[in-house]
Parts: sequence; C-alpha cells; structure tokens
Amino acid sequence: MSYLKPAFTHPQLQPNRVGYLKKDYEGVISTLCAGCGHDSISAAIVQACYDIDLEPHRLAKLSGIGCSSKTPAYFLSNSHGFNSVHGRMPSIATGANLANKNLIYLGVSGDGDTASIGMGQFVHVIRRNLNMTYIVMNNGCYGLTKGQDSATADHGSINKTGQPNPFQAIDLVGMALELNASFVARSFSGDKSQLVPLIKAALSHQGFSLIDVISPCVTFNNNAGSTKSYDYVREYMQQTAQVDFVPPRKALSVDYDQDQSMEVTLFDGSEILLTKLKPEWDPTDRHSAVNRINNAKANGEILTGLIYINSEAPDLHGLLHTTDTPLNQLQEQDLCPGTTVLESINDSFR
Amino acid sequence: MKPTDNNDIEYFHKVVDCQYACPAHTPVPEYIRLIAAGRYDDAYMINWESNVFPGILGRTCDRPCEPACRRGRVEEEPVAICRLKRVAADNKEDIKKHMPQGPFPDNGQRIALIGGGPASLTVARDLAPLGYEIHLYDEWKKGGGMMRTQIPSFRLPESVLDEEVNYVLDLGIHTHFNTYVSSMKEVLADGYDAVFVGTGAPRGRDLSKIPGRKEGDANIHIGIEWLESVAFEHTDSIGKKVIVLGGGNTAMDCCRTSRRLGGEEVTVIVRSPFKDMKASDWEIVDAQREGIPIRNNMPPKEFVVKDGKLVGVLFGKVRAEYDDNGRRSLIPTGEPDEFVEADDVIIAIGQDNSFPWIERDLGITFGKWDLPVLDKTTFQSTLPRVFFGGDAAFGPENIITAVAQGHQAAISIHLFCQGMDLMERPDPFVQMTSMKMGIHEWMYDSGIAMDKRFQVPHVQNDKALSDIRVEVELGFEPPVGFKEAMRCLNCDVQTVFEKDLCIECDACVDICPTSCITFTTNGTEEDLRTRLMAPATDLTQDLYVSDLLPTHRVMVKDENVCLHCGLCAERCPTSAWDMKQFFYGVTKASEVCQLVLE
Repeated sequence: MSYLKPAFTHPQLQPNRVGYLKKDYEGVISTLCAGCGHDSISAAIVQACYDIDLEPHRLAKLSGIGCSSKTPAYFLSNSHGFNSVHGRMPSIATGANLANKNLIYLGVSGDGDTASIGMGQFVHVIRRNLNMTYIVMNNGCYGLTKGQDSATADHGSINKTGQPNPFQAIDLVGMALELNASFVARSFSGDKSQLVPLIKAALSHQGFSLIDVISPCVTFNNNAGSTKSYDYVREYMQQTAQVDFVPPRKALSVDYDQDQSMEVTLFDGSEILLTKLKPEWDPTDRHSAVNRINNAKANGEILTGLIYINSEAPDLHGLLHTTDTPLNQLQEQDLCPGTTVLESINDSFR
Repeated sequence: MKPTDNNDIEYFHKVVDCQYACPAHTPVPEYIRLIAAGRYDDAYMINWESNVFPGILGRTCDRPCEPACRRGRVEEEPVAICRLKRVAADNKEDIKKHMPQGPFPDNGQRIALIGGGPASLTVARDLAPLGYEIHLYDEWKKGGGMMRTQIPSFRLPESVLDEEVNYVLDLGIHTHFNTYVSSMKEVLADGYDAVFVGTGAPRGRDLSKIPGRKEGDANIHIGIEWLESVAFEHTDSIGKKVIVLGGGNTAMDCCRTSRRLGGEEVTVIVRSPFKDMKASDWEIVDAQREGIPIRNNMPPKEFVVKDGKLVGVLFGKVRAEYDDNGRRSLIPTGEPDEFVEADDVIIAIGQDNSFPWIERDLGITFGKWDLPVLDKTTFQSTLPRVFFGGDAAFGPENIITAVAQGHQAAISIHLFCQGMDLMERPDPFVQMTSMKMGIHEWMYDSGIAMDKRFQVPHVQNDKALSDIRVEVELGFEPPVGFKEAMRCLNCDVQTVFEKDLCIECDACVDICPTSCITFTTNGTEEDLRTRLMAPATDLTQDLYVSDLLPTHRVMVKDENVCLHCGLCAERCPTSAWDMKQFFYGVTKASEVCQLVLE
C-alpha cells in the first residue's frame, strides 16, 4: 500500500490568487478504506479552500474521534489543527474561537461523534451560533468498529449484517433547524459540484454552519437495502437548488429568473447564488425550510443543497459583546487598566 | 467521444511513449525494471532480441526514446534510457548461452547480404536460426559497417563492437570480408535465393564549388572518409589548427577525433544558426567540454591557399530568416568576411547514397536522389528477390532505424523464400498482465522516485584527449544505474478501466497526483479537453474515455502526465481500475531468444 503520494503535479496547474497550488491544501495520503466517501469530502474541502484563495494559516481544523475525525490529517496540512476527545470537538472549537476569533474554524465530525457521544455538545454549539463550519461525514454506521448502526441510520435501513435497523434515526438537519442554526445544508460526498460551493459558502458564513454530508461507507454500509449507499443516495437524492458561490471580488451580472433564482449576501460580501428547483421554498424563511424538509422526508426523498440560511444572526462574539481585538491578543494593560479605572467602576456602584 | 477499446493494442502501445518512439519498439520499461532488479542478463536479452546491439546502442544511439519519455513532461529531464541500456551490457555475465545455439538445420536456401553494417547484421541474426545459408560481404576487414568506420573508438570501444558483431557472425554466417562487391549482376548470377543490400550511405558530401577546394585538397578531408581512415589507422595525425565544417554528429566526431590526433585549436563552424544544428545536444555538449568552440552563421566562401598550401578559410557572415512555411534563407549581414586560419579542414556536411555497383539494367529501379524504389513495408525492390535496408533504403538515418528495417526486411525475405505473401506481416506479440498482487500490492515498484537525472561520469579531459582509444564516458556504476532506473515511470503498466465495475465514488479523481482523471458528461474530443481537471493541451497524447456510466457521465483520463503510480487502482474499492503490464514485442522472422517474462 502506498503511504506516500508522489510529489509531482500536473505541470500546467496554476496557483490561486494567494500563490498556493491545490496541492498545498492537501494532507498526507489517506488510510481510510479505498472508495470511502470521507476522502471525497476531504477533496472537496481542498478544492473549496483553493478556490476561495484561503491562506492555509488562517484556518483551524478540529475533530473528535472516528473515521471522519481522522480526515483532518488528509487535508490542509499547513493549517492549525486539534484532534479532540470523542464528541468534544465543539467545546474545543468554542474555546479556540473565543480566544482567537480571527481564525476560520472548520470542525469535522461523524455521525457517532455528533449524534451519539457528542450530541450534547452539538446542540449547544448550535444554540450559541459559534462562528464555525461543522461538517458531519454521515455514513450511518460505526465504520471504525466494524459497521454497527449509528444514530443516524434510517429506520429499516439494512447494514452489511443483513439486519434492518429497528430504531428511529436522528435527523441532524432537522435538529439544526429546530435549534435555529444560521446555516443548514445537506450534501452527498459523490456530488462535488454541489458540495464544493456549499463548503465555500459555509466557510464564508459568519455564524454556525452545518453541512450534513451523506458519505457512504464502502466497507460496511454500501450494500443493497442501505439508505446510505452510493446507489440509494443517487436514486433518491433531490436538490433544493443549484448552488453557486460568488466570491466578494467578482461583480455579478447574471440575468436570472426572479421566481427561480435568488442570491444571499454573506457577511464578507460574497454571495450565494441559488437556482431554485421548487419555487415555494425560501432558504431565508425557517418555516419554509422546515416544510420543505418535511415534505421531502414524507416523499422518501433525500433533500440536499442549501436548506436554510440566516446571514444576519449575530454569532457568539456578537451575542457576548466581546472586544474587536481577539482575546488572545489583549495585553496586560488592556486587561488590568489600573487603579483609576477600578475606582471609577467601584464608584459607579456607590 | 467514442469509448476507448480496452482491446486496442495500438492505443496502449502509444501510451508507452519511449517504446512507441523507438524505431525497433524495444520494450524499454520492461528492461529498465530488470536493470533495477539487477537482472542484467535478462535486460540485455530483451534488448538484444529487439535491437541486436545493446552495448553499441547504449553508447551511440540517437535515443528517440528520450525526448518522448513521459518523465520529461513531469520534471526537467527524461530517464537516461540509453545509458541504462549500457548498464545492462556492461554488467551482464556470460550471455551467449541465452542466444540461439547453432548449427541450425539447413533449409537449403542461400541469402547474400551486401554490406556488413547494422541492417545486414540484423537480417543475418533473424534469418540464420531459420536455416538459411547466409553470405555476408563487406569491403573492410571486419564487420560493423558505419559503426566501425564512422564512430570513433573513444565513443565506442572496439572490444564492444567486436563482441556484438561476433554474436551475430557466430550464428554460422559465411563472411566475405575484404571483398568489395563491384557488380550486382555477378551476385545475382551466383544464384542466391534473395539478396539484401545494406551498404549504407557511403558518400560524404563535398564543397567542390568553393574556390580553392582543388588547390588545398591535400589538407581538405571529407568527414566520413577521414573517420574511416582513422578507424583503420591509416591516419594518425592532423594539423594543429583544424576547422570542421558542418553541424551534425559526424562533425562532432570529426572535431573530437582531431583533438586526439594533434589538433590544438579545433573549431567547428556551421553556416546556419546553432538551433538548426543537426547534432544531438549531448554530442555538442561533449565536444564543447573538450574545448572545441562552435561558431555559427558563417558559410565558407573560399579555401585560402598560399604557396600551394592551405592556410585557412574565408567565411561570410549571415543571419537566418524563415518564411511562413518555416523555410530558411541565409541573408548576408553585411559584416566583413572573416578569415580563420587552419592547417586542415574537415568537411562533414552530410552524406549521400551511392550505388555505382548496381547495374541499371537488372530490373532494380532507382528513383529520386538515386535511391532504389522500394515498398515501404516490405523493403522489397522492383526486382523481387532484392531487398534493401538501413541507410541504403531511404537515405541516412541512424543505427536503430537500420536495425528496425533489418527486422522487417528479414521477415520479407523469409516470406519471399517460403513463397508466401509479403504483405501478410506477423502480428506483434502482445501480453496484458494484471500487476495486482494483493489489495494494495503491485508486482512493480509503484513508488515515484524524486531523483533528478544522474549524470554519466566522464574520464578527465587530459586523459581522454591523450589517446583516441580511451572511452570518454564511463557508464553508470550499478548503484547509480539502479537509482536512474527507479526514475522510470513504468508507462507500460497501464491504467485499465472497466466501467461496469465503477461505483463513481470519485476516489481515483481525488487521489490522482497529476489530476489526470475526470468524470464528466461526454462531448467531442475538442470540447472534453477544455473540461478536464487539468489542461489537456498536448494533442499528441490521447484521452482514455469510458462508455456511459450510470450517472450518464463518462470517465476521461488524459494520458499525458499519468505517473502510472497505481494510486487510482489502489484507491478504487471495486477494482474498476487495474494496473496491467502491457508487453509489446515486434515479431521477428525467428524467435531468436526465449524471453523470460515474469
């Protein structure tokens, strides 16, 4: 088995605007099973970061435990990273973000790491609207322990042992909507044309972004009867809209149909351009998004694409009114301004 | 685009750029792997089977394989294929036991080979094991032809030449050395069943129209004739100041030989710009390393003779202009002419064919430039039992081309002598073998070495220049040869795609280090080339296209810079990709050696 990727690249590939080749966003060679959806998601992250001209040192990648949580080794080798305790990635991300809000935080987690052991952390990080991108590599099984059903496995889905899952599934997208997450999307590892723009938009979104990515486990959950196999997802996948991400520097001059298309402007001036496939759905209206997802579920469809976005909601720093300067850069004189200030504060209580 | 046929031999042959570019189609990656494995005998025999003169070619080949080498497109320089061949030749053990062992049962037919160069020797080797009685005629005292007369011994030691010529002659060839054939009529009258003409292009071009040519004749030499007389030790000195006219490989051999025979100020002067010089880059570099300046854009105007003795050459000054068709004209710059002193001048400006010994009333038709009219496939002349090959066939080329033509002529002669149709050419021997050994294990070393091309060591100049018999290049020592061999990308280990097995997980796309693979909707080739993961601008490199996949897309792979690292196949969960070794051997008149393909 190859443990080294050749250093050669295609000689005609060009660096992006900040001078990096796509290769500079890659990591070491993956040790996941051949054909794992997670590797495709890693590749989509690499592509997205290259495309939006992100300087690797401006990003911190965080993860918990599991196949999914191994992937940060396979992308963005030049970025900051933290591999935390199982299910505790959101706490670490919260602490890191509070200390230095200037970094871009990318959390990578799996269905076990999020929907089972990390559920408590997951819901609270959404409540706080922490400014991070949270990608769930969702394969509906515990691949690292030989494929037992996970909490996101659909009711009745059959895994490799041939047994249908008797339990109800936790729908992470529905839960995030319920908790008023400010950016909710679902995608499929086998559809980079959708996944890459979603990751770009999520990284540019100010606030909590969830992308629940269905990522087939080729070894334990890609059999007939599984609802998270390549074949099943391809057959039942529906899209809310075609997503295009337009970075801030590009002026938009696209003619589009008012009923079918809309654009959402993000905090940094970039825009998400959507070509809607169902006119009644409005991604900025939570009720409409919830209805759309419920309808899809009732029809047995796997709804993918951007589902809900609120680009106005204040993130944790906004909610806490923290200083503009990242906390880790505050000096002693900022934190201990001296007796005069203390006395004036004390005086205000008298 | 139409899907690529996985049974299309020629498609996969073209992917192996080095082998495809080689006139004899030597299986280059296969023998490089054998060298890396230290199996020098096997590497030598693969070569011998294909190109007959591995040791000679490992020193002197024009190496059309190297500019074609895929490695040269992903980094700066190609694999040193030619010098690796020499590693096999230098390090082999007793090789004769692997060669056909005579005497061969006589088939009752007699063949005459006129000329003892690479083409004739190839025909001899291919036909001898079939039982033909072969008579080889050459005017010199030993075989080898231009390999002996035109390649100086500091590039090709006589021992190497003798060894490989003798491997052929020892197959029971009847040699008639020191015999100049002066009449084809007489040869034909001898009742040979077939005659092969491999007499090369023996006439060096002259500059007879330039004033002073006749007067200075004692010190003006024709390049190939002069090299020949040096080779046979009829000439062993030259003046202190030498001018070599011409920019081809013969000119490089002449100037370097002059340096060894007493030439102290040797200058090569070409009439056109450097970039139009025909000499191989490495031969130019080797000449310059020996302190030989090369001057350009100076056509000779006059051989200046004083008191009956040549004193130098007067040169004009020109610049080259090219019209829209790329045709060159040399325009005088108006600068004053320049006189360059010289004791001797060597004219090495090309060579021509010459067949004064073939009577024109025998039914052998001659066409343009006094070349015989031949069938391009069979090398048969208009007189059915006479065949041509090597430089004698279509004009001056090189050794490896002569060998390739010799193989084809031998097939034709064999078919002719057996009364069969000459156009029924044998198919190549082709074998496709999966290299899969385990889930992620291959039978070839799939890792990509990052070493830059290793330089072949040379002897020191003062030692090299002191004796014409001292070989300049030392060849790779086996450990360096191993490292150089590891630079080979194993292009013959093909990426073969079975679309029915593909689940479109994208793993191959994600892992490919050189972004060769794309899954996209089908289109015309022109359109597809614009929609791939990386630019596919080299139109000489094919696109490998699958049939429609379940998502109505096709897999498109640009062959151009594929590293053949096998990662696509390693990351493929369903073995839709496999790495298969593609062996392509041009079929010869006889299976002269038992190839061990492992």
